[in-house]
Order: sequence, then structure tokens, then C-alpha cells
Amino acid sequence: MMPHCAYVLRIADTSLILAQRLGEWVGHAPAIEEDLGLANVSLDLLGQARMLLSYAGELEGRGRSEDDLAYLREESEFLNATLVEQPNGDFGQTVVRQFLVDAWQLELYEQLLESKDPRLAEIAAKAVKETRYHLRYSAGWLVRLGDGTDESHARVQDALTRLWPLTGELFSTDEVDREIAQAGIGPAAEALLPGWSARVAAVFAEARLAAPVMSPFSWHGKQGRHSEHLGFVLAEMQSLHRAHPGATW
Amino acid sequence: MRRDSGVDLYTQGLDSLGKDCLRDEAEESGTFEQRFQTRVDAEEKIEPKDWMPEAYRRTLIRQISQHAHSEIVGMLPEGNWITRAPSLLRKTILIAKVQDEGGHGAYLYSATETLGVSRDELIGQLLEGKAKYSSIFNYPTPTWADVGAIGWLVDGAAIMNQVPLCRCSYGPYARAMVRICKEESFHQRQGYEIMMRLSRGTTAQKDMAQQALNRWWWPSLMMFGPSDAESKHSAQSMRWKIKRFSNDELRQKFVDYTVPQAEFLGLTIPDPDLRRDEAAQHYRFGTIDWNEFEQVLKGHGPCNRERLEARRRAHDEGRWVRDAAIAHAAKQAARKNSRAA
Repeated sequence: MMPHCAYVLRIADTSLILAQRLGEWVGHAPAIEEDLGLANVSLDLLGQARMLLSYAGELEGRGRSEDDLAYLREESEFLNATLVEQPNGDFGQTVVRQFLVDAWQLELYEQLLESKDPRLAEIAAKAVKETRYHLRYSAGWLVRLGDGTDESHARVQDALTRLWPLTGELFSTDEVDREIAQAGIGPAAEALLPGWSARVAAVFAEARLAAPVMSPFSWHGKQGRHSEHLGFVLAEMQSLHRAHPGATW
Repeated sequence: MRRDSGVDLYTQGLDSLGKDCLRDEAEESGTFEQRFQTRVDAEEKIEPKDWMPEAYRRTLIRQISQHAHSEIVGMLPEGNWITRAPSLLRKTILIAKVQDEGGHGAYLYSATETLGVSRDELIGQLLEGKAKYSSIFNYPTPTWADVGAIGWLVDGAAIMNQVPLCRCSYGPYARAMVRICKEESFHQRQGYEIMMRLSRGTTAQKDMAQQALNRWWWPSLMMFGPSDAESKHSAQSMRWKIKRFSNDELRQKFVDYTVPQAEFLGLTIPDPDLRRDEAAQHYRFGTIDWNEFEQVLKGHGPCNRERLEARRRAHDEGRWVRDAAIAHAAKQAARKNSRAA
């Protein structure tokens, strides 16, 4: 697959799988306002995923639609960051995952505004506004939970310890990233680290949370090598679509 | 006329006027009641701080909170399909729809709060099984077509019920319903569109659509409540202009609207007695199984237990989150005060 297409798919799949995970919450959140908030974020991410998947389909040039790409690819063909496929856990774990991704997406979309690929720049211009809101939402909750009670503090600190090792992947530049950066299409993955670290550290301080030490192993979801969780996400997401080949809905 | 909760604005006002006035309370309230009814008859809106009969307040609390509970519980059967929606467009529409229902719930709880009951108290009643919600949501959604059938039939029936509520005598409820009805009619069209796609689709899809219609048709007719002769609250609610049409009138209107829609889809309504009465310009339908209605109402429907359990689980598992938000807000306030001192 050409790097340009793979790069767009990575961003698309990360939004899609996170939207799917957030969709699991709707109707089950800790308060009605959170049902509405999580649904909002899920809808925005789904919107981003749809634009990006359609674009990836065009770049690929095999006539595949957003639905073909979402519903008919195998697990190893999904290029999302491993972080977003992790289970929701409790609300604290969902908030930590969301915060880490929001801060990363904001860096990414801000830099993509300068992309030499006008389509990507256009999509980033819309997404960046949404992502600012997402980050405000997740950071707000992270501070509330980190600062709130002993229990809430312990829960989010634990979630952070659990999810932190999965953030390494977001900043490890591989061959695709290098080509993309050279072509001026997008930033190298590592270029997002300083901005992300600064944003994250500021909120951790307010939330009284300690950033864990980075562990050496890095996941490789963006190369199609996933954790055990993605298979179940896809089995559920794709089940009905695949049960009726060729049907329209 | 006094209420235990101590939030009755009228009697609280009397307390401050002294005992002489209290002696005249019964007589006064008769006058107030006449004035109230005159205003209602003149189609004036009753607002939260206006005098209102205690039974009117209680009827509204019951009705609006039941409506709110129905929206919140109603998120579950359709939410069941969010993760499996068969296209990304359908997934988007479904999430937005379920989100709308949550919004309606929040909105309606706020409308109930204007009558002096907190949302927490009302949700407590729901979780303890003391409050009712629309029985329709105690039926399962085994297939994607059920999502379509709910939009088409259940939201369609809800609209029949709810459009007249936009003219309800109680201002906050009437205004809430204006917005809710706009969104519901959008949902109804989306549901019908799902059914249209399925009924124009593969044999398996058509079959799915027909089965869903079979499952939801009768429960949808039951949504209008017992027939007029059996309905406990109808007459008084009509006098108070909370209700504008009888259950049977609305049910008939729904059937008249919906039968041609089913015909357009090429689907068969599961009622062998259904026929067109040309003289009356109505569709006549068979007998509703009121025993089933009663059973579901009493908690013996297919999903009563699951629905309440899901709500309780969300509430219980969310407690530490809500506690944390309150604790954080208190700490913030304390920090602000200590800075100011």
C-alpha cells in the first residue's frame, strides 16, 4: 500500500475505533450529561473517520467506499493506534484513554493544517475545532477525577499506569511517517511529542496525577499488529454487514 | 392541600401571612381553583409560580417524569445496535438519535423540576421500580430491523401522543414538547427510511423488516393506553387541558396514518381483522390483547428486568464519578475562598 494511503488510514482507523468504543457507553454513562457528551465525541470521531476513509479509498484507487473499508477489512489491515482499541473499563479508564488521544489528535490536526495535501488540510481544519472541544471535555473530567476523592484519584492513576505504555506508539516514526514527512503531507510521529508532552503534563499537574515511566516495548497497531482486543471490536462492528454480502442499508 | 415535600409555593406563601389567612384556606382555594380553571379554559399557560391545584401538579409530575423515564430507558433497546449498525451512516444517525433521547430525558426532568421535585428523586423512583415508563421499551430488539420499526412505529405513535402536548396548559411542558416533537418526527422519518431500505432489499432484509413489524405493531397500538372507558386519568386531564384527545381517538389516527405506510413498504400488518371502512374513512383493526399490556405493565414483559438492571448498573457504577465531581467542585470552592481570604 502506498504510504500516503496508509497514513490516511492510520488517522481514519484511530478515529473509527475510538468512536466505536465510545458508542458502547451511550445509555450507560454515569449521568445523562455524560451520555450526551460521550455520544457527541463519538459522533465527531465517526464523522472524521468517514471523511478520511472515503479519502483513503480514493487514494487507493480500487473503488472501495468508506463502508467497504470499515466493514470488510481484516484485523491486520486496520492501522489504528493500539491505544484506542483498549476496552472502556470504568469511566476513569475511558477518560484517560480519551485524554491521551485527544491531546495527540490536537497536535496532529494542528500540524496537518499546514499539509501540502489540501484534502488532509481541509479535513484537519474541521477536525481541529472538534478536537479542542474533546480535549476540554476529557481534561475537565481527568482533573475532576484526579482531584476529586481518594477512590477516583486511585482509579484514574491506575488507568494511566495501564494505558501509558500504549502511548509510545503514537510518537515512534516508521518508514511511512518518514516518507509522509519528507513529502510535506504530515508531521513525523516524533514531531508531535513535545507539544503533546507539554499539554499532558499541565493537565496531570492540575489533576494531581503522576506520569508513569515509559516502558520500552512499543505497540505497532499502526502497522496492523494489534492487541487482543481489536478482533472482538471488529467481530461486533462488522457482524451484521458481513452477514448480508452486497446488501445496502 | 399541604404537601410533605415543603415546596408548595402557595401554602408556603400562606404560612407567612399568618393564621387568619390559613383559616380561609379551603374557601380561598375554591376561588383559586375557579380562577385556575378559567385561565385553562381561556388557553392561558400555567407557569411554575402560578397557583395550581395539588392534583394538577401531581398529575403533571407523574406524566412528565414518566415521559422522562421513557426517554432514558428508551435509549437502551436502540442503543443495543449502535456497535453493530450496518453502515457508518446508519451508525451516525443511530448515535445521534439515541443521544436525542437522552437530551429529551434531561429536558423533561428539568420541566418536572419546575413543579418542585428534583431529578435525583425522580431517578431514585425509577431505579427502585416505583415509577413507570413506557412499556414498549420492555420489548427486545433482536435485529437491525427493530431499530427501523421503533423509529417508524414507536416514534410515530409517540408523535401522535405528543403533538397535542405542545398545547398543554402547563407552560414548561408545552414548550419542551415543541422541540421534542420536531426531533421525534425526524426520528420517525429515519425509522421509516430504514424500513424502506430493508423492504426494497434482499429477501433476508425484507423478511427482517416483516418480522420486526410483526413484533412491534401490537405493542405500538398499546402505547396509547387503555381504551377510553378504562382510562383512569383521562377525563380530568382533558378538563385541565393536559390531554386533548382520547386514547382511542389517537390510536385510530395512528392506524389510519400507518396502514398506508405499511402498504407502501409492501409489508403486511399482522392483524387478520384489519379492513378499510370506506364510509367512516377509517381502518378498523382487531382486538388488542390487553392482558399482554397489563402483564408487561406489571413487570412481566420480556425485558423489564434487563432494562431496570441496566439503568441501575449505570447509576451504581457511576456513583464514584458523580461523587468525585462533587468533591472536586467543593475543593475548588474552598481554594477560591482561601485565596480570597
